[in-house]
Formats: sequence, C-alpha cells, structure tokens
Amino acid sequence: MTEQASTAAAAGRPGLRAGRDGGVGWGLRSVVALTGLVLIAPTAVVIPMSFSAGDTFQFPPEDWSLRWYQAFFSSEKWMRSLLTSVQIGLLVAVTATVLGVAAAFGLNRAGFRGRGAIRSLMMAPLIVPGIVVAVAIYGVFLRWQLNGTAIGFVTAHTVMALPFVVTVMTTSLAGYDRTLDTAAASLGATQVTTFFRITVPLIAPGVLSGFVFAFVMSLDEVVVALFLQTPDIQTLPVQMYNSITLEIDPTIAAASSLMVTATTLVLLVPQFVRRKRSTP
Amino acid sequence: MSAPTASAPPVAATGGAGPAPARPRRRMAGWFILPATALLLVFFCYPLAFVIWRSFTDPSAGLGNYTALLHDGVSTTVLVRTLVTGLIVSACTLVIAYPYAYTMTRVGPRGRNLMTVVVLLPFWTSMMARNFAWYMLEQRGGLIDDAFSAVGIHGVVLLGSVPGVAVAMVQVMLPFMVLPLYSGMEGIDKRLLDAATSLGAPRWRAFARVYLPLSLPGVLSGFTLVFILTLGFYVTPALLGSPQESLVAQLIATQVSKLLDFGGAGALGTVLLAVTLLALFVVSRFANLSSTTEKAVTND
Repeated sequence: MTEQASTAAAAGRPGLRAGRDGGVGWGLRSVVALTGLVLIAPTAVVIPMSFSAGDTFQFPPEDWSLRWYQAFFSSEKWMRSLLTSVQIGLLVAVTATVLGVAAAFGLNRAGFRGRGAIRSLMMAPLIVPGIVVAVAIYGVFLRWQLNGTAIGFVTAHTVMALPFVVTVMTTSLAGYDRTLDTAAASLGATQVTTFFRITVPLIAPGVLSGFVFAFVMSLDEVVVALFLQTPDIQTLPVQMYNSITLEIDPTIAAASSLMVTATTLVLLVPQFVRRKRSTP
Repeated sequence: MSAPTASAPPVAATGGAGPAPARPRRRMAGWFILPATALLLVFFCYPLAFVIWRSFTDPSAGLGNYTALLHDGVSTTVLVRTLVTGLIVSACTLVIAYPYAYTMTRVGPRGRNLMTVVVLLPFWTSMMARNFAWYMLEQRGGLIDDAFSAVGIHGVVLLGSVPGVAVAMVQVMLPFMVLPLYSGMEGIDKRLLDAATSLGAPRWRAFARVYLPLSLPGVLSGFTLVFILTLGFYVTPALLGSPQESLVAQLIATQVSKLLDFGGAGALGTVLLAVTLLALFVVSRFANLSSTTEKAVTND
C-alpha cells in the first residue's frame, strides 16, 4: 500500500479520525467491547447452567430447577470437600499473612546484602511452572508422608500464597511515610505505642488484602491439591475436577456458580473496607 | 486488585538508604524474613532441587533420563507442541490485549477502572469454574458448535483439541498481557504522535514508527510472562485437551501419578524450568535494551 492510499484510507474512516483527539473511536470501542465480552461471558455461563433441570452438561439448559444446588448441599461428599477447602484456606491465609507480612517488613526495613535474592525467592513460586512445583512437592511429601494430610496441604498452599502477600505488603509499605514514626516518637510515644497506633492502622488494608488473596488462592488451587489428594481428604476444586473427569456430575455447575460468587464477594471485601476508610 | 500481577515498586530506595535513627530496629527487622525464607527453602527449593537431582540419578546415575527423552519419540514431540502452543497463545493474547491496553490509556479514570475490573475477572474467578465453562462451550452441541452450525459450518468441536486448550488459555492469560502493556503505554508521551503527524507522517506510520517501538518493552514482558505461564498449565489441557495430543504438563503428570517415574518426569520438568529461566534471562536483556532506547527517544 502506498503512503497516499493509506492516508486516504485513514481519512475516510471516521472512527480513526475521532480517535485522534483524545477520544476513542467507534472502531476501537467495539473491539474493546468484544474483548470485554470474551473475558466475562465464558465464565458467566456457569450461572445459568447451575439452574438447569437436565442431567447432562447441555447448554443452554432446556428446563430450570434448583436440583443441583439441592444436590450440592445435601451431598456428604461435596459438603465435606467444601469444609476441607475452607478450613485449609483459612489456615493458609493465617500462616501466609503472618509469614508474608513479616518478610515484607524485613525486606522493607532492614538493610542487608542479598535482599534482591530473597525478594526473587519470595516471587519464585509464581514463576516456576505450576506442574513442576506440584510434582516437586508431591515427590518430597511422599517421602515425608505428608500426602493427604492437612499439614501437607497448608504448607504447600502457603508456599504458593506467599508471593501474593509479599507483593501486596511491599506495595503497601512503599507508600508508608516513615516520618510518621519519628513524629510519634518525638511526641513521646514508645515504640510499642507507635506500632499499634501508627503502623498497624496504616498497614491494615494491605494485610487484609494479603489475607484475602491467600485465602482465595488456596480455595481455588487445583494442581497441587490433585497430587496431594487421598480418598479421605479432597478439596472442593479437586472434587470439581473429578466430577468432570471421572463422573459426569452436573452438581459441578452449582459448585462453580457458588465459587464464582463467593470468590468475587470475598475479593471485594478489601475494596469496600478501603472505601469506607477513605470517606469517614 | 491489580496487586498480584503489578510489579513491586522499588522499596529499596525507601528502606535501605534512609537515615538511621533506629539502627537496632533495622538489624532486628532482618530477622523477620527468616520464617518465610525457611519455609520456602524447605518446601520449595529443596523439592525443586530434589526433582532436578533425581532426573540425573533415578533410576541410575547419568544422563539416561535425558537421552531417553530425546529418543522415546513422544517427549520431544510433546515439548515442541507445548512450546508452539505457548507461542501461539502469547501471540493471540497480544493481538487482543494491545488495543485493549491502548484504549485504557485513552479513556477517563472511571472507564479505566471498569476496564481493569473486567480484565481481572478471569483472574478472580475460580479456575475450575472457568475450565468447566469452557468444557460446556466447546463440547459437541455446545454454544460454539451451535454458533458455527448456524452459519453453515458443522462439527466445530474444540473440546479435546489443542485449539480448544489454546482458546481457554488466551482468556485466562489476558490480564497478564494487558497489565504490563498498559503500564508501558501509560508512560508514552502522546505528543510524540502529534509531533510525528505534524511533520507529515500519516497516522499509521506515526503509530508504526513512534508508538509501536515505544510500547515494545511492555509487549516483551507481557509476551514472556504469558509464554512462561502457559508452559506450566496442567488443568486446562487435562480437561479440554486430549491424551493423544497432550502438552508437557500432562506428560509429566502421567509419568508421576501413573508410573511413579520421578526421574523421567524430573528430566521433563528440568527442561521446562530451563526454558522458563532462559526466556526470563533473554527478556531481561532485551527489556533493558528497549528501555534505554526509550529513554534516548524521549529525551531527544
């Protein structure tokens, strides 16, 4: 295409012209809208699917019912896996938050060599391919007899949740004005008072976000949980996995809807807390 | 909400070089990293090292697992298929994410917030729910099949094929492309485009010669991130792909869970890890190169 021709082509398209002065042309607008649809729609189909009356994964469903919710809440198998997941998730959230917040503090406040290496180490569980992490942990857990134990699940998930907590806390601490500590001290506050009256309120939103991320990460994790599962201890995502691969069990549609709703709500909690704080 | 994927800001500047009124506390703070570091050493580094070690020693010392990998006729095919899939997924994600990220730099703050929430939705939503949703859409008689049948193309069943896996991967990977792209594009001075057009460059050329090169660091980091992450996907290929056309994660999982062949699986895992580190290394060199050129251009 020659230069003139393409200039003419560009001039002939109102969308491109309109995009020029800061606004967004209709061409770009529709591309973005389509992208948004691709991002949201596929997951949204689980919600109508969960109200299906049929026995198969037929979508869209022909008739509607609440039978899969009933199946979910009355099945011992599903309820036990839900309970397992929530328990493991809470334990993971507590340990990962404690360890991650401490680590972020150490990285932020202490000056020592090799800090960059430690920081990379904290992020490594995100970068190393998921399947390699799963197989590696499974390998040593077989020897240490941690497979199918609560401790095994909690430690494995804590390792994977740490990067999230450390990242959130690092961002939170980066915005922490340390002259406030000095100001408190100059006004006669002890270190302990400063910590509880100044530091804790300032970092609380970051800690809460870290806690929530760690909980959701554990609640959602499948790959490691698939390897560590035993018939006695299965997390909800593992049960969901098995309900597609082993048995065609549409109860998964109800489980999926509940998971999507629950994770979205839980993740919105820190947002609301922050908003409340900023508008007292 | 962008925290898990946004890169950490350089805290070193605030923590390390500050004044030292609280020197004893600073030394104490160093101990705070110990518990997390210990946990990672025992439950992450040691297991990884053990897997790598076993790939050279299990069942016998030497490179047996690696030569087997080259000659068994399956592993190399699967590895190549995985790498190609990763590249295709990264490329598709880039094509979709680029206009999206570009638009994010041009709309107001409210629009930007909305677009960020939308792009992070797949990241938030349960992984199993997402894969189950694609399972329904891609199956025979699913929505995708129906849609193509409606326009006269029959039998588009993505379930059980590599394209089916790739489509689902693209959806999940979009946030990992959009966010680095956006943070790169945000720093581009829009007046450069006006300058180029005022000097007589047609819009497409101003874009291709000025904007595109400036956005390359973001493109590279997004591309690498997506590529690396797709290599380790297990659940998506296991549910939406087929055992006949498996990706490397499925092969590793089968070797471990069905055959308990930790040596062979370890060799594949080590190769995967090496590819990941290589990609990171290469991009870190290129990203630096690009950011220096970026500086050179913007200072002119």
